[in-house]
Amino acid sequence: MSIDKETARKVAHLARIAVAEEDLEPLAGELSAILGFMDELNEVDIDGVEPMTSVTPMALYRRPDEVTDGDIQDKVLANAPDTREGFFAVPKVVE
Amino acid sequence: MSELNKLTISDARDGLRKGDFTARDLTDACLAAAAGSEKLNAFSAHTPDRAVEMADAADARLKAGDAPDMCGIPLGIKDLFSTEGVQTQAASRILDGFRPPYESTVTSQLWRDGAVMLGKLNMDEFAMGSSNETSTYGPAVNPWKRKGDDAALTPGGSSGGSAAAVAGDLCLAATGTDTGGSIRQPAAFTGIVGVKPTYGRCSRWGIVAFASSLDQAGPMTKTVRDSAIMLKSMVGHDAKDSTSANLPVPDFEAALTGDIRGKTIGIPKEYRMDGMPQEIEDLWSRGAEMLKDAGAKLVDVSLPHTKYALPAYYVIAPAEASSNLARYDGVKYGHRAKLAPGDGITEMYEKTRAEGFGDEVKRRVMIGAYVLSSGFYDAYYLRAQKVRTLIRQDFEKVFADGVDSILTPATPSAAFGIGEMADADPIKMYLNDVFTVTVNLAGLPGVSVPAGLDADGLPLGLQLIGRPWEEGDMLNTAYALETAIGFSSKPEKWW
Repeated sequence: MSIDKETARKVAHLARIAVAEEDLEPLAGELSAILGFMDELNEVDIDGVEPMTSVTPMALYRRPDEVTDGDIQDKVLANAPDTREGFFAVPKVVE
Repeated sequence: MSELNKLTISDARDGLRKGDFTARDLTDACLAAAAGSEKLNAFSAHTPDRAVEMADAADARLKAGDAPDMCGIPLGIKDLFSTEGVQTQAASRILDGFRPPYESTVTSQLWRDGAVMLGKLNMDEFAMGSSNETSTYGPAVNPWKRKGDDAALTPGGSSGGSAAAVAGDLCLAATGTDTGGSIRQPAAFTGIVGVKPTYGRCSRWGIVAFASSLDQAGPMTKTVRDSAIMLKSMVGHDAKDSTSANLPVPDFEAALTGDIRGKTIGIPKEYRMDGMPQEIEDLWSRGAEMLKDAGAKLVDVSLPHTKYALPAYYVIAPAEASSNLARYDGVKYGHRAKLAPGDGITEMYEKTRAEGFGDEVKRRVMIGAYVLSSGFYDAYYLRAQKVRTLIRQDFEKVFADGVDSILTPATPSAAFGIGEMADADPIKMYLNDVFTVTVNLAGLPGVSVPAGLDADGLPLGLQLIGRPWEEGDMLNTAYALETAIGFSSKPEKWW
């Protein structure tokens, strides 16, 4: 599978990473090479094979659904680049 | 007492308990070694004040006779572990200035047992890399050099700072994490021992996530015994990690009898790769012979899907990374890009991530976004997950046939020069993980043991792969191998 410039633009946007126009072409080349390497997987017969979705076959641990944490607003906000009145602050989202 | 930093954990433990020296003496020796190690660039942050405070507390516990094995042992901590109030940025610019308000479970258990934090250690950005060259702090440097050659070599990656710090005696041991080989490859490149435990053995809580179904923390130490001691303190069930196993914590050190008579060691034919250096091939055969001489039985085994492990890994790991790294958006912590007038929230995300992530991280996040995107999910991600099942089944069959451990080379080469791979395509770098990545995909324990020096005088490692949850048995085989090899070389100090 090879990726063209337009697909590279789409992937960059999906990943929310700004890529300059002149860097899209080389990026497409790099991504294509990596995907080419993955194409080896097409040689494998996967008929009837279940995907591996859990690394160790064990029942998921359960716990009572209760509040064990909280009231740490200061700690939650301490590392934020911009906060206002106890909230994370971001550029205007809706007009 | 100027050489206390060169001690192993086990010797330091015994010396502390006998009162030959104090935890403070030991910590001071390591702090001095760490302070004079700038050229190795192993540390990303030094925490001497905290170290002294912790050492004094350890001395009080030792005096009171309440001293676990790790009490007073000075450690370096990979920058991937959240440490409360101490710079933690996964060697990424995007986490600039991040001071976690919490402590990772693994490190909190080490502190519970009295270990001492010297500082944070360099690594590849978000643990993505095999040479420590993707770090925002610049590469850590291997204490080892080729004979008669001054070129700076990589300590491997991603736990490169940890490997350099242990090999250079800047600390007694260090924590590492291993997603595709990030503990075992740097351990092999620097002549130390590195253990990747069974998936679920160590809690992942508070460790910056790369690929959650592959990530495991583990010890990086000077000896197998030290790994057994340190591992015991790191493992155990944690309700904060739903994949953490609710199993009793074994005494790994007690498993080190050195007696491997009657054990069956598998030699997988698929690990004999085309173009593998003769030295590595010879090292592997010698290691096998040594285990046989110690009373183990060697059997040839087949792991037929080995060849597909790397491509499967490079679908699955980036897919998980693209999801895990979505949290770095310039809102909650770390770097936020300066915005132009009129920029909205999408521009904020895109500019922040473009500035904050390095090239390799960007590449993997984009590959991950692609293989998970609609139309490609089945062809890449789902297919890779099915191949992953087959890789695990390969191991299950071998273990069901009575094999106790599998012996392989740890890496396809010795340490290479910093910058040497700069012009190579990314896939060339990915090949570093060829012998280690299967273990992560199958969720198994693995250990890299220093096994000799190559013609250039650089260390090479052998890897043992164990049955799930059988770290004790695997480490005992590693201990027998370590004893038979008698590796005692150290890098000459030049830094």
